[in-house]
Amino acid sequence: MNNSPYSLKPASVQSVMLRVLCALLPGIAAYVWFFGAAILVQIALASVTALAAEAVMLRLRGKPLLMFLSDGSALVTAWLIALTFPSIAPWWLTVLGTLLAIMVAKHLYGGLGQNPFNPAMVAFALMIVAYPQLMSQWPAVGATDFAMQINAIFGTRQLDAMTMATPLDALRTVLRDPEQRAAIGGLLGSNATFGNIGGKGWEWVAAGYLAGGLWLIQQRIITWHMPAAFLATLFAVAGVFTLIDSTQFAPPLFHLLTGGAMLGAFFIVTDPVSGCTTPRGKLIFAAGVALLTWIIRSFGAYPDGIAFAVLLMNIAAPLIDMYTQPPVFGHKQKEGEPR
Amino acid sequence: MIAKLFKFKGGVKPDSHKDVSAAAPIRVAPLPSHLIIPLRQSARAMARCLVQPGQTVLKGEMIAAAEGPLCTAVHAPTSGTVRAIAPQPVPHPSGLPAPSIIIDPDGLERWIERRPFDYRCVPAQETRNYLRDCGVVGLGGAGFPSHVKLGPGEKGIETLILNGAECEPWITCDDRLMRERADGILAGASIMRHIAGARRILVGIEDNKPQAIASMRAAVQRLGEADIEVVAVPTRYPAGGEKQLIRVLTGIEIPFGKLGTHFGVQCFNVGSAHAVFRAIAHGEPLISRVLTLSGNMAHPGNFEALIGTPIRELLPLAEPRTDTDRYLMGGPMMGVALLSLDTPVIKGTNCILAGSPALFPPPPPEMPCIRCGECAKVCPAELQPFELYWFSRARIFGKAQEYSLFDCIECGCCSYVCPSRIPLVDYFRFAKGEIWAREKEKAAADIARERYELRLAREEREKAEKAAKLAA
Repeated sequence: MNNSPYSLKPASVQSVMLRVLCALLPGIAAYVWFFGAAILVQIALASVTALAAEAVMLRLRGKPLLMFLSDGSALVTAWLIALTFPSIAPWWLTVLGTLLAIMVAKHLYGGLGQNPFNPAMVAFALMIVAYPQLMSQWPAVGATDFAMQINAIFGTRQLDAMTMATPLDALRTVLRDPEQRAAIGGLLGSNATFGNIGGKGWEWVAAGYLAGGLWLIQQRIITWHMPAAFLATLFAVAGVFTLIDSTQFAPPLFHLLTGGAMLGAFFIVTDPVSGCTTPRGKLIFAAGVALLTWIIRSFGAYPDGIAFAVLLMNIAAPLIDMYTQPPVFGHKQKEGEPR
Repeated sequence: MIAKLFKFKGGVKPDSHKDVSAAAPIRVAPLPSHLIIPLRQSARAMARCLVQPGQTVLKGEMIAAAEGPLCTAVHAPTSGTVRAIAPQPVPHPSGLPAPSIIIDPDGLERWIERRPFDYRCVPAQETRNYLRDCGVVGLGGAGFPSHVKLGPGEKGIETLILNGAECEPWITCDDRLMRERADGILAGASIMRHIAGARRILVGIEDNKPQAIASMRAAVQRLGEADIEVVAVPTRYPAGGEKQLIRVLTGIEIPFGKLGTHFGVQCFNVGSAHAVFRAIAHGEPLISRVLTLSGNMAHPGNFEALIGTPIRELLPLAEPRTDTDRYLMGGPMMGVALLSLDTPVIKGTNCILAGSPALFPPPPPEMPCIRCGECAKVCPAELQPFELYWFSRARIFGKAQEYSLFDCIECGCCSYVCPSRIPLVDYFRFAKGEIWAREKEKAAADIARERYELRLAREEREKAEKAAKLAA
């Protein structure tokens, strides 16, 4: 038997996952700065739940515990869940979402590397369908009183005082109501909700994700294809429709810096397991997610559409990959036609 | 001058470890206690043995003759007595012993009569036959007969490429050869150009070997022939792969199943060019080669060893350290682990690498593929190794072939970078082996079916004839 190569580059799934977690840190820092430390509680909740669920499932499936628990993949899922759920959501919402993501979306489909759907997005989609009210309670900027946030997460009282509609929600409310439509210009201009471009506070969180995402590209963990195609498509579609009717559609920069767009572009769409892998496939996949996101944001019933858009494109990923296989060395030109 | 270099996609940059063995000049290895010369020296075909046990042979005497188009002759590396003709362990991944001639040297080194071959006055075909009878094969590792590669092919050869890239880590035998014997290499290349009727010669050397490049350029000046250029190519494994080097130097991509001659280009290892020079100018058949002893050794270096020297007798020259747990023939990326140290040096042996648990640690346990695509990024054949991995693992061999499994050159880049530590190349070797086995089975079944149908037809005919006779 020949078992070459005998020397291997030091690389591991663990190091890939840890670097993804590191890349999330700037965004998390901005999140804490503007919206308080509640998000850290949610991250802790989701992480502990994810590791516990992972351990249970690995034991049930008879897989080596330590090797898979330490690979870091469950933590990435957990952090994405925490970052996409409202930071003052009740504790059980995060725990339930994480359990569904790890146990159902990941392990029931075969565990690491086998899941056809992005586990974090499965959690988000299920929870927003089941508990739309709770999934829409976002903290207001500056409402960073930690005691109140803890009460919101672990207490029983609803704390309307500290919540506020996200920019996307506010926009939706206006668009739904024909009488208010005329006010869209004023709404988008109001600094209180919408900050400079993409929502007060949120645009800085988005900038944090952007910084982390660019670092991931520099680290060769992800390629430029998906973020570029996603952001460019979202920008282009929003831009075209803003030009057509600026009273009906939000401007492109708003779309890029609000909601989960930046997180999605660099951390969610880029999930290699459930997405496309060929260069052209990646472009198509990410553009598809962006297009569906814009449609759901503009016409759908839910505030942000990234989760549904990702899941829909996950279904199409194998097919896209099949039709976008890149040409192999030496087979690029026609037979018998040497250059 | 070359206008520009081309790029091949993918590739990796492992630590080169070349300094440890490249510093010292080539030393001649002492005469071993016995020599084991496999009859199969040219990869594809076995030579016909010409000697009997007990027979005395001279150094350079032909002891097995070429038979068939892909075969080359085999020679006695030194003078002595044929001890036996028997199966012996050979450096082949299968680990199966192969028929070999065992010679006990007499220590006198008595040569056959050596005469230069006047290749300018005979047709090229005759020179090619002469090279075949001198046992000249590619010294880069694959051992393909040089006389076959020098044939005209469909289009003829326009560009002759000398491969001095030596991209595998640790190995420095071609580096030393180019530094010390550049004139011989170029003389050989010039002869090959004459035989093949090629116009130009390009010598590709990785730019991490500045001394070899300088030495070869100086030799080009001394030779004074037109259209020879020494080109420094970027250091990136596997730049020394034949297809990759041709791509870098000419921009031509040779697909699987095609030969260089289809595109008017042919590639030879620098050592092969030197062997051609020795054969033509000095009348010496290919009976020795330079190889690197390196890795976990106290005194790594390059040695000129006779073909057939048992590896066991070479190792003391470089003094392997005590924690050595294995030996590889070839480099760490494509080398083959030696199952026995009684294995001899063959014509394709460019390196013996001593490994230790510290140097080549056992790979960590295999994790599931996370489709990160790193393997596709580094694949020089531009394949999607992770897709091939799924198909190979699931034994969906048809799909694997559809995804160009056989374009894989087994360079090992994908396994090298895989964060899940999946031995991807092992899966591809397995899939190829299974497909070959099935094709053989199918061919055998086809022959059997044909025979059966022929018999049925014959019986039918005989019955009809009998009936006709009876009726008459």
